[in-house]
Parts: sequence; C-alpha cells; structure tokens
Amino acid sequence: MSEAAQPVILARGLTRRFGDLVAVDQVDLQVPGQRVYGFLGPNGSGKSTTIRMLCGLLTPSEGDIEVLGLRIPAQADELRKHIGYMTQKFSLFEDLTVRENLQFMAALQSVPRARTRARIDTLIEQYHFSDRQKQLAGTLSGGQKQRLALAVAVIHEPQLLFLDEPTSAVDPESRRDFWEKLFELADAGTTLLVSTHYMDEAERCHRLAILDRGRLVGDGTPAQMTAALEGRSFVVTAKDPRRIQHALSGLPGVLSAAQIGASLRVLTDAADGASETSAQAVRERIESTVQGIDADATFKPAEPNLEDVFVAATHDGRSQREMAA
Amino acid sequence: MSWRRLWAIVIKELRQLRRDRITLAMILTIPVFQLVLFGYAINLNLRGLDAGIADQAHTSASRALVMNMLATDVIKPTARVATPQQLMTLLREGRINVGIVIPRDFERRRADGRPVAQILVDGSDTAVQSAAMQLAQVPITDSRLPDLRAPPNSTPPQGRIRVVAFYNPERRSAVNIVPGLIGVILTMTMVLFTAIAIVRERERGNMELLIATPLTRAELMVGKVLPYVIIGLLQTCVILALGVWIFAVPVRGWLPDVFMAAMLLILANLSLGLLISTRAKSQFQATQMMIFVFLPSILLSGFMFPFAGMPKAAQCLAEVLPLTHFLRLIRGVMLRGAGLWELWPDVLALLGFTAIMMTVAIAQFRKRLD
Repeated sequence: MSEAAQPVILARGLTRRFGDLVAVDQVDLQVPGQRVYGFLGPNGSGKSTTIRMLCGLLTPSEGDIEVLGLRIPAQADELRKHIGYMTQKFSLFEDLTVRENLQFMAALQSVPRARTRARIDTLIEQYHFSDRQKQLAGTLSGGQKQRLALAVAVIHEPQLLFLDEPTSAVDPESRRDFWEKLFELADAGTTLLVSTHYMDEAERCHRLAILDRGRLVGDGTPAQMTAALEGRSFVVTAKDPRRIQHALSGLPGVLSAAQIGASLRVLTDAADGASETSAQAVRERIESTVQGIDADATFKPAEPNLEDVFVAATHDGRSQREMAA
Repeated sequence: MSWRRLWAIVIKELRQLRRDRITLAMILTIPVFQLVLFGYAINLNLRGLDAGIADQAHTSASRALVMNMLATDVIKPTARVATPQQLMTLLREGRINVGIVIPRDFERRRADGRPVAQILVDGSDTAVQSAAMQLAQVPITDSRLPDLRAPPNSTPPQGRIRVVAFYNPERRSAVNIVPGLIGVILTMTMVLFTAIAIVRERERGNMELLIATPLTRAELMVGKVLPYVIIGLLQTCVILALGVWIFAVPVRGWLPDVFMAAMLLILANLSLGLLISTRAKSQFQATQMMIFVFLPSILLSGFMFPFAGMPKAAQCLAEVLPLTHFLRLIRGVMLRGAGLWELWPDVLALLGFTAIMMTVAIAQFRKRLD
C-alpha cells in the first residue's frame, strides 16, 4: 500500500464558527487512502463539525477542502455518490424493517437495479441479519443498530466512509466486532475516517488526529505519537496514591498525575528543547516529593501510551494558545 | 430527477404510514366524524322554535295567517296568550323564542296595507332572528280568502318579498355543508400531514442521513407529497359517498370534475404543508403554524359565513386561501352542475398557489445542516 500516500482528504485552514463559538479552528488535515484514520477528541472538540464539513453537510467559515479530488462544498453533490456517512445518532428509519432500510438506501444510492437484491442479501449475510430481516430497525439493540447503520452506509461500496462516533453507545464486544468490519473494509480498499473518544479505538487506527477545543493538537501514527513521549511517563506505586497525587499535581514540570488502581501514572512536561538537565531536574523533583511522603513508594519510567499522548497533546495545545493570547 | 429515488421515497412514506396507526386512523375517522358532526349536530336551519301567539283579532284571516306560519315548521305553538305584554314576559323568561302579535284591527290594517302583525324575537341569538325574518315573509293573504282591498282574482298586493331559493329549496344545510366539508377536511388533514413530514425526519435525525446521499431536493419534496395525494382522494371518496348516501347531497356536475377539483385543493394544501415543514423547527411548531392557516380557512373561505358579507379586507385575505377557491369550484360543480372549465379563474388560482408554494418549499430546503 505504498501508493496510499496520495491523500484522499486534504483540508487547509478549516474553520467553522457558530456565532461567537469557534467550533473548528484552523485545522489542517491530510488523510491517506485505504486506511483507518482516527479523530480522537473529547466531546465538543469539533470532531462532528469537521466530519460534516468534510462531507459537504456544513459550509466552512474559512478554509479549503478537497475530498477525492473534489472541491467541497462546491462539488458536494458529486462527492455524495462516492461517500458513505454514518451519523453519530442512529439515523435510519425506526419504523422500517432491516431489509426495507437497505432497500430504501440502495435506491437512493443508485445501486444498479440488477445488483440490488444480491447486494442486500450479501450485506444481510455479512452483517448477521439473516434472522432479523423483517424486524423493525427501532427494535434492534444498540450494537445491532450500529451494524445496520454500517451496512447501509456501505451499500453502494463507497470509496470513502465517514463514521461519527460509531460505537459510542455500544458494548465492548459489539465494538470489537464492529472494528473487525472496519478493517475488512479498509482491506477492501475503502478509506475510513472514524471519530472516537475511546483510547483503545484510537489505538487501532492507522493514523490519528487529536482534536481539542476545535484545534488540531496532534497528528501521526499511534506509534510515532507514543514514541515522541519517550521518557515523559512514569509510574508511582505507593500505599496512599491519593496523597502523592495531591502533592504532585501542583509540582512544576508535572503535566498530570492520574490514579490507576493502586498506582499513579505521571506525565511530565515537554522538556523545552533537548535540555536533558531540566528533564532530569523534573524527574528528581518528583522522586524526592514521592519519597518525602512515602519512603516505600517506587518511582519507575513507563512506556508511554495513547492516553499520555492525548493528555500531552491537549495540554501542549492549550498552553501554546495561552502563550499566543 | 431520478424516478427510482422518487419512487423509493413514495414507497418509504407509504410503508411508514402503514405502521403509523394514529395517522391511519385520522385519515378515515376525521372525514366520518366531521361529516356526522356537521351534518346532524350543527343544523344551521332552525326548526321548531317555541312560539307564543297572541291573536287579538280572532278572524278567519288571522287564524289562516297563524296556520301559514306554523306550516313553515320554523315555529311550534307553545303558548296562546291574550296580550302582547304576556308575550314579552314569556320571552324574557326564555320560555318562548318568538312571539306573534295579531292586533284587534288586523282586518282594517290589511285593507289599508299597514303592517298587520308583529313578530317579537329573542334577538340574543342571531340564528333565531334570521329564522323570524323568514316567518315575516309568510304571505298574509291566503288565496282561499277574498282580498278585502283589491278586486277579486287579482294578484295578492304584497309588499312582502317572496324568497325563492334555488339549488337548495328545502334549505337543508347538509347540501351546503357536505361539498364544503370535503374542502375543510382536506385542508385540515393534508396540510397537517405534510407540515409534519420534513420536520419529523429532522427531529428523528433521518434528515442528516438523507442529505448525505445523492437524493435531490425536488425528489424528496415530490416524493413526500405523492402518497398523500392518494390519501386525499381516498378521503374525498369517503365524504362524497357518505354525503350522497346519508344526506342525499346531489352531485349535479360531472363526477370526474369533482375529483379534479379535490385534486387541485389537495396539491395546493400539500405544497403549503411542505413549505411549513421546511420552516418549522419542531413538529409542535409545525402544528401551530398549521392552525394559523386552518382558522382563517374555516372562517373566511365562505364555508361558515357567506363570502359576500365579509369586509373587503377579509375578502382579499380569503382570496389567498386555497379553500375559498375550492368552495367556489365544488359548489359550482356539485350543486349547480357547472363544468370545471366554466370556473377557470378558481382552477388557475389553485394551480398557481400550488406552483408558488412548491417552488418556495424546494428553494427553502437546503441540503445542508447550516
């Protein structure tokens, strides 16, 4: 998949304002083809707004978008033939059956008449609806609804699929099944753009963009992003992690100290430049604080994970903005 | 315009409708309910008003006059008293609606051509008042009696106006109401159904899915309207059938013309409903807007009150309402036996209304979320 370097989505300076609120602020994106590209960010970070702008449902206040070589929103009508879009809220017709929903969307998406029946049969089989074809969509469980929504979104075999928090209301097992389907689609050559606020889902993406308060604060593969944090994560194990947490959270150089069971996960500030000494100083300061409270406590470096990436990215993004302001 | 996508919308609407029991029930029960309500309960011609009679003349002519009045069935005798004062008392007490006073000099007044009798009316009810006016038109000279003033066999010298009612000589309100009722019911249900059509999809989140597909605005709008045309024609059938069977309402014109007229109103109302739907933020708001259309339609179109009697401003407003034009069409076709082409100004008005509303509705609808 070396030719996948040709970007499927290109956005520059993408901005959307709702009145005084800046929902998306100067976002630059480059999404390569045939990959699962993740949008990670908390609620209200501008994930949905960005997706809606990319598929031509919202007009950007500023910025340029090119999707599948089409200028958006000017050529949004043409784009709609080639994309699938799965909304955050279940948007199929609850008073139509599984099969009727598929039939309806097959007609809207102009799946060739001769192929429609076979295509629907395949999807019903693939997405495990064989015994539920005549069930009303409104009576399906959360996981089934999401599966149906995905089946409907790919009915016309789109090149590009937008999924807006597809698994936010789904149990872990259904989520795993759902992601299997997403990788099958990516293997078959579809480009997927998935927004999520789950770290484990973000971890699965080939590439990731981190959004915070409308800003793009991180972009890269999960491996690259965690590697960049090498040396900034630590684990403190102690009898009373909460006391240590309180002591650490005010300490200069400490970005966050989060309790995980009986231990604390500590993330230190970005050592400005490559000044090894200041990073070293922060480490020593933490160690002495920890020892001062509990002599038995251990303090060890840890492998950075995506949660650290997220915390670091949102924090760095915010402090940069504060400095600019 | 892709016929396949258009058809997909129509089929989807019909499937949803089939599972929507309340709407389904509305389609049939509203016509039946309203027809029975207007046909029986709301009887605009009064019969059997309680009347008190004070005949002080006691001549054969005065008795004949009273008999003629009773023969109209508008009044029934409930009290016979001696003086007008007693009638006043009964009237005040609400025991009679109408009092008839025939003075002692009845015969002389007849000869002089002066007013021969007085009808006292409880004017607090305008319907009773107009019924009494009807009574006053009863001829005071009976053909069986010799006219005292004029030579025998001459025409009765009446200063009275004889009202000759064409097309509904029996003055049955059903004949007037049933054709109009087709319009009222179609206005009520058609506007309501489509007013909700787009808003509902927006509320349920379906719209975001639909606008992300190649579906065009015109396909969506037309597809939403078409199923209800069928429903509207179905309702027309129900009202017509019941009107003809139960109330013996005549269909003097050509039956297809009746349905053509109904079709014109259905399209006008559906396009209006669609426009409401593109403007409303919620189903509740759509219903409120629909009432803004429905009330003037009922009051100003000429369904309830005669169009001719309305002030100029109200008439102008009424000309904008589809129901006004439909009433002229349907009464013309059903009661006067006119052909639809003879009433072309109203046909054009309805077609124009539909074209404008539909265009504005399509233009108003954006395939965007902002």
